[in-house]
Amino acid sequence: MELLKPSKAGTYESNDIYIMLFPGQGKTSIELESVVFDTFGSQIKSVIQDVLEEYGIQNVMVKAVDKGALDFTIRARMITAIIRGASNE
Amino acid sequence: MNRLRRSLLFIPGNSPGMLQNADVFDADSIIIDLEDSVSIDEKDSARCLLKELTNAISYQNVETIVRVNPFETKYYEQDIDAIKSLGIDTILLPKADIQSVKDLDKRLSLVNSRIKIMVLIETALGVEQVFNILNATPRCIGLMLGGEDLCVDLMCERSKSGEELLYARTRVVNAARALKKSVIDTPFTDTSDEEGLINDTIFAKNIGFNGKASINPRQIHTINRIFTPSIQEIKYAKRVIEANEKALKEGKGVFSLDGKMVDLPVIKRAEIIMAIAKNIGLVNMSGDNHGN
Repeated sequence: MELLKPSKAGTYESNDIYIMLFPGQGKTSIELESVVFDTFGSQIKSVIQDVLEEYGIQNVMVKAVDKGALDFTIRARMITAIIRGASNE
Repeated sequence: MNRLRRSLLFIPGNSPGMLQNADVFDADSIIIDLEDSVSIDEKDSARCLLKELTNAISYQNVETIVRVNPFETKYYEQDIDAIKSLGIDTILLPKADIQSVKDLDKRLSLVNSRIKIMVLIETALGVEQVFNILNATPRCIGLMLGGEDLCVDLMCERSKSGEELLYARTRVVNAARALKKSVIDTPFTDTSDEEGLINDTIFAKNIGFNGKASINPRQIHTINRIFTPSIQEIKYAKRVIEANEKALKEGKGVFSLDGKMVDLPVIKRAEIIMAIAKNIGLVNMSGDNHGN
């Protein structure tokens, strides 16, 4: 899948994560802010990376603000942001 | 015995915090809502969240229902496509009519889905057609009355006392009972009025509803309590059944208990109470209530 435009998904509410995707960056990077960064930062980045690979997304900057989301929520917000970014609408 | 549906709790479909803890509130069913509680801009997000949720979490001892968007909206088809193969129990179809129930049944049948349908009766036409709507497919296991939207359609105010819903309530109960299907009452929406909730729930139970929907977890305990048979009711029901067994052995059709005549309707009511009590776990399979 190819990202055509910047996109976002999620909220700043507790147990959620706010994801922003910026395509065409030349390389992939993940910038994460989390209330549980010390304990789960690497796990959250791993989930984000897995979804990017699942959808074949490269050269994107991911900005994520995590409020304690579980893995299923991180995956859902990433997938929603990717599908929104890949749409022409 | 049908599945126990004393309390059904609505959970906003795009709120991960509520979704991940939805089974801790003791509701018999949870209703993940893709309709009114999800803004138009977030319909896609809620569908995706639901899919990932069901892949990751299995709720314990609770029926999982999803309320989709109405048939006439552009979101309906997208909702059904997204959830028809998920591990959910039931779809709650809003503003149901005969055409929409048949359409949903067809879509689910095409993928051999085992998901059941519960119809939300919330239009004046829906109330008038309720028997045929419920009877449109065997996949339909019951109905919920939607009082707020119905009052808009009836062009009247929704009141706490609920006189404006009396006709609809009794009509949907009769239709559902005639077809041996579940019938769930509309939520009581003032979450700070406990006395109003108690009165409204007792009324619903007294006119034949199986249970009541809720929009707030704080209401679940009260609703469950009212729709759960009391120890006195269970003890009396057990005595009726035992006395009936004894009368049958003695070849009696009618007998008396505590000076009152017991006939078939009393026996049937006792059997229903015992079946509910067993379903909740208040009595064991041999009919002994716990703690006695």
